[in-house]
Amino acid sequence: MAEYKTEPLKCWKKAKELRLKYYKDYQDAHKTGGIRWTGGAWAFDAIPAGLGRDVYNITGEPYGASIAFNKPFSTECLEATEARGWARDLCSYMRNYWGSMYLDKYAFGGEYPKPDFCYQDHICCSHAKWYQHVAEYKNIPYFCIDVSVGPYNELDENRLMYVVNQMHEAIEWLEKTTGRTYQDELLIEAVENELRSTSVWAEISCLNMAKPAPLDEKSMYSLYVHGTLSKHSKEVADFYEELRDELKYRVDNQIAALPNERCRLMSDTQPPWGFLKVFRYLEKFGAISIGSLYTFGLIGLWETKPDGTWGPKTTPMQKGEKITTRDQALRILADWNLAKPEWQHFYDPDLKTKMMLQIVKQWKLDGVMLHLNRGCEGLSCGIMENRLGIAEAGVPVMTFEGNMGDEREFDEKRVMGRIDSFMETLDLQMQTA
Amino acid sequence: MITVGIDMGAKNIKVVVLKDREVLARSQEMAGFEPLEAAERAYKRAVEKAGLTEEQVEAVYATGAGRKSAPHTNDSVTEVSAAAKGIVFSNPSVRTVIDIGAEEGRAVKCTEQGKVEDFAINEKCAAGAGSFTEAMARALDVPLAEFGQLSLQSSKSIPMNAQCAVFAESEVVSLVHAKTPKEDISRAVHDAIASRIISMIRRVGINNDVALVGGVSYNPGFVDSLGRGLETAVIVPDNAEYVGALGAAIVAAERN
Ligand code: SF4
Repeated sequence: MAEYKTEPLKCWKKAKELRLKYYKDYQDAHKTGGIRWTGGAWAFDAIPAGLGRDVYNITGEPYGASIAFNKPFSTECLEATEARGWARDLCSYMRNYWGSMYLDKYAFGGEYPKPDFCYQDHICCSHAKWYQHVAEYKNIPYFCIDVSVGPYNELDENRLMYVVNQMHEAIEWLEKTTGRTYQDELLIEAVENELRSTSVWAEISCLNMAKPAPLDEKSMYSLYVHGTLSKHSKEVADFYEELRDELKYRVDNQIAALPNERCRLMSDTQPPWGFLKVFRYLEKFGAISIGSLYTFGLIGLWETKPDGTWGPKTTPMQKGEKITTRDQALRILADWNLAKPEWQHFYDPDLKTKMMLQIVKQWKLDGVMLHLNRGCEGLSCGIMENRLGIAEAGVPVMTFEGNMGDEREFDEKRVMGRIDSFMETLDLQMQTA
Repeated sequence: MITVGIDMGAKNIKVVVLKDREVLARSQEMAGFEPLEAAERAYKRAVEKAGLTEEQVEAVYATGAGRKSAPHTNDSVTEVSAAAKGIVFSNPSVRTVIDIGAEEGRAVKCTEQGKVEDFAINEKCAAGAGSFTEAMARALDVPLAEFGQLSLQSSKSIPMNAQCAVFAESEVVSLVHAKTPKEDISRAVHDAIASRIISMIRRVGINNDVALVGGVSYNPGFVDSLGRGLETAVIVPDNAEYVGALGAAIVAAERN
C-alpha cells in the first residue's frame, strides 16, 4: 500500500549521541571542576552559561520523561515518591525525578548526580515547588524567576522589566553562589544560540506542512528534546540546522515518514511516554501525527507573518540587531521566551485554541487527538475548552486519557478502542500489509 | 443480502440477523466466563430463528468490547459507529445516541446517514456506566429489576456529591442510616448517574432527537432522570439493547 518512498533520518544517530552526551557531561562535570545545576526545561538556561564553558545542567521534564520511558525504573521511582507521602496526582515528571533522587539512582547509570544548585522559573504550580524540594532535600541553594506576567499579546515595558530585573538578580546570585566571575560574552553567545535553535525548530516544524510529511511526531519527540535539554548550546543550534537541511531534502524528494500517509492528525500535550506505540497504531490506518502545538511550540518560537500565516520568529540577528550588552541580551531573552506559544494558554485557553486551529489549517490536517494528560496540570489546563473550540470549528477531534509519566494511569486497550472509533469517523480502515 | 451483527458486550452478547434492511431474528446470551461459546450459541440460535442455514449468511460483523475475538466474523466495527448506524436505522430522527452498557457510557452525535460526527466516552470511571446502578441496587438491597421503578415513586431531589462508585456507595449507606426512604435514595442514585452522563453528552452537544440504547435503557428510573436532566424527551427504541448488533449488521451489508 506504500505510495511514497521512505528512509531513516540520516541524522538520527547524531541525535541519539547528542542526547546521551548531554546526560553524561552532566554526570561527569565534577571530574573536571565543572558546575552542575538542575532546573526545568523552561528555565532561562542561557543565563548560567555565563559562568563558564564547563557548566552543565539537567532539565527535569525530559529527565522525568526518560525515566517514564523505562517502565520498571519509573514504577520504582513513582513508588519511592509515593512512599514519602506525595500525592499521586502531582506532576508525574516531578514524581519520577524525585524518585530517582530518593533512590539515588541516575536513569543513565550510577548514582543521582547531586547538583550544585537549582535554578528555575515559575510557570506552573509544580515548577517552583519541584526544585524547592530538591534544594531542601539535597541541601543546595535555589533561585527561581517568576514569569507570571500574562500572555505575550499583553506584554508591556513594566511586565517585561519584572522578568528582566529578576534575571539581573539571578546573575548576581549565580556569582555569589558559585564564586565565579560572570562573563557577558558567554551570555550573549548563549542567547544567540538559543534564538537560533528555537527559530530553526519552528522552521523544521514548518517543513512538516509538506505532504507527505517528512517527519512523524513520534520521531519529532526524539529531536525536539534537544531544545528542552540545552536550547542555548551551539551544538543544539547547529544540529537543528543540519536537521532542517536534511528535511528540506526529504521534502524536495518526497521522502515520507509514513509511506502510506492518507490522513494527517495532530496531538496535544506530552504523550504517554511509556506508550508511544499509540503513534505506531495510527500508522496501521495510514494516519500520521505531524506534530502538535506542543512539539512545535514548546521549543519553537513563532510569529504571525504579514500574510496571516504562522512562521518561525525572526531573530534579532536576522533583523540586523547586534547584541552587545548584558541588559540587551537579557531583554531579548525575556521577550523571546515570553512569546513561547506553549505557555500562552496558562492565561486563556482561547489563545491555544486559535493556535491549534491555525495549525489545522496551515498543515492541512484531518483531525486532532487530545491527550487528556493527567500527569501535567500545566499543559492540560483548559484542554476541554480547546476540545470544544476545535469541535465547534468543525474539525474532528478525539480525546484519550493518559499520563505522560505514570504508566499505571494508561488503559491501553481502551485507548486503542477509542482510536478505532475515531478512525472510523474519519472513514479510515486498518490497512493490511 | 443476509448479514449478521454480533455485539460482544461485557455482560451480554446480542446477535441480529438482517436481510435487505429487515431484521429477521435476534438472540441474546449472558457472556459469562466463556464469552466465545456464548457468542457461538447466540449466533446459531439467531440464524436458526431466522430460518436460515449458516451457509446463507454472507457477512458477519462484530462490535462491542470483545469484538476482535467474536466467532464467524469477517470484520468488526466499533461500538460508536455501530450505535450510530443502528439507531438511525431504527429511529431515523435521532441525532444523539447515548449508549450505556455495563462498563462504559458513550454519547454519539450522528448524521442522518448514521455517520458519526463526534463522540465522547466516559473516562475510566464506572460511575457513568450500568454496573454502577447494580452496585447501588445491591447497597440498597433492592433487586435490580425493581430499582428503577422505585425511583419513579419519589419526587424528592437529594444531591449525591460522591464522584466515584466506591464513595457513592458509602454515601448511600449514610442515607440508609439516616432513614431516608429507599425510593428517594434510588432517585438520588439515578440523578447522580444521569448528571455524569449528561456532562459527557454535553461534550458532543445535545441534538434532538435523543435516544438511549444499551442495557441501562431498560431502567425507567434512569430514563426519567436523564430526561429531566437533559430537559428533553429521551427516546428508548424497541429492542434497545440490540442497536449495536443491528448497527454491525448494517455496516456488514454496506461494506460487502
Ligand atoms: S507544566 Fe506540567 S510537566 Fe511542567 S512542571 Fe507543570 S505539571 Fe509538570
